[in-house]
Amino acid sequence: MNAPHPLADLRAVVGAAVPHDSAALHVSGEARYTDDLDEPRGMLHVAVGVSPAAHGRLHALDLRAVHATPGVVAVVTASDIPGVNDVGPIVHDDPIFAQDVLQFVGQPVFAVAATSVRAARQAARLARFDIEPLPAILTIEEALAAQSYVLPPVHVTRGDPAGALSRAPHRLAGTVEAGGQDHFYLEGQIALATPREHGGMHVFTSTQHPGEVQHMVAHALGLAAHDVVVECRRMGGGFGGKETQMSLFACVAALVARRTGRAAKLRLDRDDDMRSTGKRHAFAYRYEVGFDDAGRILGLDLTLASRCGFSADLSGPVNDRAVFHADNTYWLPNVALHSFRCKTNTVSDTAFRGFGGPQGMFPIEHVIDEIALALRLDPLDVRYANLYGTIERNVTPYGMAIEDNIADDLMRRLEASSRYRERRAAIARWNGDSPVVKRGIALTPVKFGISFTATHYNQAGALLHLYSDGTLLLNHGGTEMGQGLFTKVAQVVAQELGLPVASVRVSASDTSKVPNASPTAASSGSDLNGMAARDAARTLRARLVAFAARKFACAEADIAIEGGMVTAGTRTLPFADLARSAYMARVPLSATGFYATPKIHYDPKTLTGRPFFYFAYGAAVSEVAIDTLTGEHRLLAVDILHDVGASLNPAIDTGQIEGGFIQGWGWLALEELWWNGKGELGTHAPSTYKIPTAHDVPAHFRVDFYGAPNGEETIHRSKAVGEPPFMLALSGFHALRDAVASVAERTLAPRLDAPATDERILGAVDDLRARLADG
Amino acid sequence: MTQPASAAPLRFLLNGHPVTVAHAPAQTTLLEYLRDTAQLTGTKEGCAEGDCGACTVILAEPSRASDGLAWKPVNACIRLLPSVSGKAVFTVESLRAPDGALHPVQQALVQHHGSQCGFCTPGFAMSLFGLYKNAHRPAPAVVCDALSGNLCRCTGYRPIAAAAQAMYDTPCAPGAPAWQACGRTADGSRAVSDDEAAMATALAALAVEGTHDYRAAGGRWRAPRDLDALAAIVEAHPEARIVAGATDVGLWITKHLRDLPELVYTGEVEELLQVRSLPTHLSIGAAVSLADAFAALDARWPELSEGWQRFASVPIRNSGTLGGNVANGSPIGDSMPALIALQASVVLRKGTRTRELPLEALYLAYRKSALEPGELVTHVHVPQRPAGLLVRAYKVSKRYDQDISAVFACFALVLDGARVVQARIGCGGVAGTPVRARAAEAALEGKPWNAATAETAAAILQGEFSPIDDMRATAGYRRRVLGNLLRRFALETAHGAAPVTRIEHVATEASA
Repeated sequence: MNAPHPLADLRAVVGAAVPHDSAALHVSGEARYTDDLDEPRGMLHVAVGVSPAAHGRLHALDLRAVHATPGVVAVVTASDIPGVNDVGPIVHDDPIFAQDVLQFVGQPVFAVAATSVRAARQAARLARFDIEPLPAILTIEEALAAQSYVLPPVHVTRGDPAGALSRAPHRLAGTVEAGGQDHFYLEGQIALATPREHGGMHVFTSTQHPGEVQHMVAHALGLAAHDVVVECRRMGGGFGGKETQMSLFACVAALVARRTGRAAKLRLDRDDDMRSTGKRHAFAYRYEVGFDDAGRILGLDLTLASRCGFSADLSGPVNDRAVFHADNTYWLPNVALHSFRCKTNTVSDTAFRGFGGPQGMFPIEHVIDEIALALRLDPLDVRYANLYGTIERNVTPYGMAIEDNIADDLMRRLEASSRYRERRAAIARWNGDSPVVKRGIALTPVKFGISFTATHYNQAGALLHLYSDGTLLLNHGGTEMGQGLFTKVAQVVAQELGLPVASVRVSASDTSKVPNASPTAASSGSDLNGMAARDAARTLRARLVAFAARKFACAEADIAIEGGMVTAGTRTLPFADLARSAYMARVPLSATGFYATPKIHYDPKTLTGRPFFYFAYGAAVSEVAIDTLTGEHRLLAVDILHDVGASLNPAIDTGQIEGGFIQGWGWLALEELWWNGKGELGTHAPSTYKIPTAHDVPAHFRVDFYGAPNGEETIHRSKAVGEPPFMLALSGFHALRDAVASVAERTLAPRLDAPATDERILGAVDDLRARLADG
Repeated sequence: MTQPASAAPLRFLLNGHPVTVAHAPAQTTLLEYLRDTAQLTGTKEGCAEGDCGACTVILAEPSRASDGLAWKPVNACIRLLPSVSGKAVFTVESLRAPDGALHPVQQALVQHHGSQCGFCTPGFAMSLFGLYKNAHRPAPAVVCDALSGNLCRCTGYRPIAAAAQAMYDTPCAPGAPAWQACGRTADGSRAVSDDEAAMATALAALAVEGTHDYRAAGGRWRAPRDLDALAAIVEAHPEARIVAGATDVGLWITKHLRDLPELVYTGEVEELLQVRSLPTHLSIGAAVSLADAFAALDARWPELSEGWQRFASVPIRNSGTLGGNVANGSPIGDSMPALIALQASVVLRKGTRTRELPLEALYLAYRKSALEPGELVTHVHVPQRPAGLLVRAYKVSKRYDQDISAVFACFALVLDGARVVQARIGCGGVAGTPVRARAAEAALEGKPWNAATAETAAAILQGEFSPIDDMRATAGYRRRVLGNLLRRFALETAHGAAPVTRIEHVATEASA
């Protein structure tokens, strides 16, 4: 499937398809997640009581029945918080417990600790709320009308969009929407807090950002950072849903532990998790575009309005990233981008794989498709016509010159290898003979900027111990959520020290080992932590080489460490012997490493600069079938060509690409979040919220790597791979549009929002047929 | 009641070893027991409602077809612990060989990079182990079906499906117990190893005489062994909750946090565990699993098989019962519309009184049935297939597998030549109960079966019910689709060149 890396033979460890470091533990049930850890003596179980109203003033909270439930030991509310009642990561508008005003259905208001999970959960439902209802804003439309925002609107303009629009030979305007998405990590939110000496707190939790949990718990308890230790060996999935959302639950567990002096565990039930934690931001778009006869965009005015929920959380940077990706791979000479961050009485939306990038690309791919339909062109040709250049037409709306553009070559290779044109023609013929079932095909590109837009997050630390038996223990600031980060970083360290990967054990992420670590997010885990770990490994290696040169009286250049053996001049000895000798000779065998991404700078006020170190590229061809009687749809075939630079681990990278694509397909075609008119989420469990299953994977699913090393000096010239493949699924959405459009032989543009559920597909088909009938 | 009762503890095999439970409340779930009491934390809770599969374990019982065991994946999260009494539970911890070697299922998952975060993986391993025991080198569609109850959010499933093909390539480790082997003879049938046969014998010895009356922590579980005893208990204790696979009642406990102190289990009643083919009808006992009931229906009405395959998931079909689905009477349950179209009836028992109702007459209003207090469903009777029957069942849901229907429709016509002699249409998702579409039926009967007749009836069918808007679909969509499904039925069965009507049957030219 994937050709071996060209340098694979030279890079025995890096570049090899090493299995996940926990694979054998996963398949045997021995991998321990937070809920599997041994429970401390006297541990209490915690449940959270939540707001039943979308918006209201809380006049009174009657907790008598909660207290009276057998097994209940303690109840905590906002007034029991010794420190700060806030877990807002950027803006301090995110209370642990709502106090006076309730801002969404499912907002935590109090917690109850009991001797069993069941008692705590039963008790948490017995509170009586006295609420004065306030008007609730539930939709983007309502928020825009009320100018209800969590953060001020942002506008980015380049050139003369109004003039370009007025002069353009063709113009189109329209609206389209993309829904939100629940992370549906299989392991729900959980925290186990245990009181420690000096009033301190230890917290096991499932988090992408242990450092932030540490600070939030410290703030809530009124402690200093050094009084709180946060530990996470692995998460059962994160996807962005544990970048900030775990903080509140970790604080609640810690508050109970502080209050009772006993360990406390809070594990959310799936329904409570889905009701009370943030999701991918839903977006509504409005656009006006002017273009020429070839479909080249001359001017674009695009509004991107998102539902942020009741608080800012990460909505600022998420929406910034949407703005940064509203160009995708396309040159927009005259463009105005308007970003509205809408405040609604719904759960506060948050990071989710792509972090606004998918929502930024969604409208531009829609606009391209609309242009193609209007001009009766193959959408792929309109995409080619609008691609960025390599030396000109290569500056983004936010002023960054793109130096690594490979989109055109990558797309043309995929076009050929997937036989896109031939299949498009065959599908058109087939559709002509098929009145009920229609097929569609589309090829869409992805260009995704790599780096945190919060520049200070682009740093990482590592701590590497060499023991006297020659084995290594590594800590770094990254967290393992299944993406294979620990495996890749272990490969990097093993490579540097000439050892098999099994010599390197990566231990739990721990705030007491590596301080001030950034979240594992923005696809940056391997880029940052791989470099930091390599730095530490190089320090150790340099010490060992210097020691060996002294010991064996040879030049440092004559020392080689490879395959677990050390050659020093004419002598050869096992690495473990060198480690033992170095220990006996009192050589320090522990090292730290550090990395800060170079070149990046960016002004958050104007959204201009170079926010990204480099871009990752990819493209996909998807083919679908739809049923015009029911709107049912099916993904038939997917071909992907993706740019991972020089892969650190092709098996893990393939897994990220396949998994990212299917998750993206879920966002665009299956997963629908549904709220009723009271702001109650109706889809709060897998019975009603449908992520893809094995059946939804296409029978033909091919993934290839583009193969070129990263032009920038990243870890072994690899590229980040966590998020970019998610957006490849836009090809599937556009294949659906193509299939719908075939009902009118591509003479009319379908009206189709995401997710393209059966109902939306049937609605779009019926709408097209009605418009055809109306002439 | 006069039947003997035994106040025995719960006894079962856990990973091959005998276990006795005397103090767990009767409503304890199998998952709670495994994680909290047995300290077997490999089995995970992902949803506590039988939808994600992270809790999948194997529940084995003496096979009716061999002297070995029947190996069935089930969801531990909503399976009630007392219901495994007399059975054998295998968790993911049982798969490694004594020397630590991974089982072929596990090896294949590792080699094909089938785990990322790993939280769902034990459940996949057990579903695959169930497949490994029950099928040999199955087709991809069978693999998909076996995985229909397991959600993975990381991998995109491709490597897991690849592992399902590769797991047959590696033999079990030399020291592994024989029951772990795929166990196939040369002709492909299953071979029963000595240790498996010994477990089956051990299980038979755990059987409780008479009604098993288990009491603990203020709760009570009664598992009678014959229908008379069951009917007597239910009549005497109308407040008791009748339970079989607990695929719905389990959620009352885990999600609604209800306490159910009185539980009566139907799963040990021999009369209710039988499928019998009689001259006039097929009789399916109320405690027959959905999987076994669907197999019996498939043999006679193969046109309906896709509907059954899309009914929940393999683990749910192994636990849930047809009688439970019918008695529960959910307006969005998938078995009733098809059974109504097949003119099925239900046999009801109260004490010593037995009566039989057409299935559609069981449902009075939303979640309100004709069952009297103390009365229970004992059998579903489906008339044998008439000559000239045209039948199709269609399910429309957001997701193909393991989803609740927005609309389910089953159309059954008896033709004499081209003329419709009798029409039966069963519908789900369009009213407060499963319903018969009598107006549309009337528009079909006596007419020639062709596109024009179908169009007339479809227009009537579309207006026949007043469905609701909810998270699955709007009322408008449900109405529109209901009519279109009748149009699809006509395209597939009326004379003339049939176009492609099913996306499942479309191929791609993309090269393999």
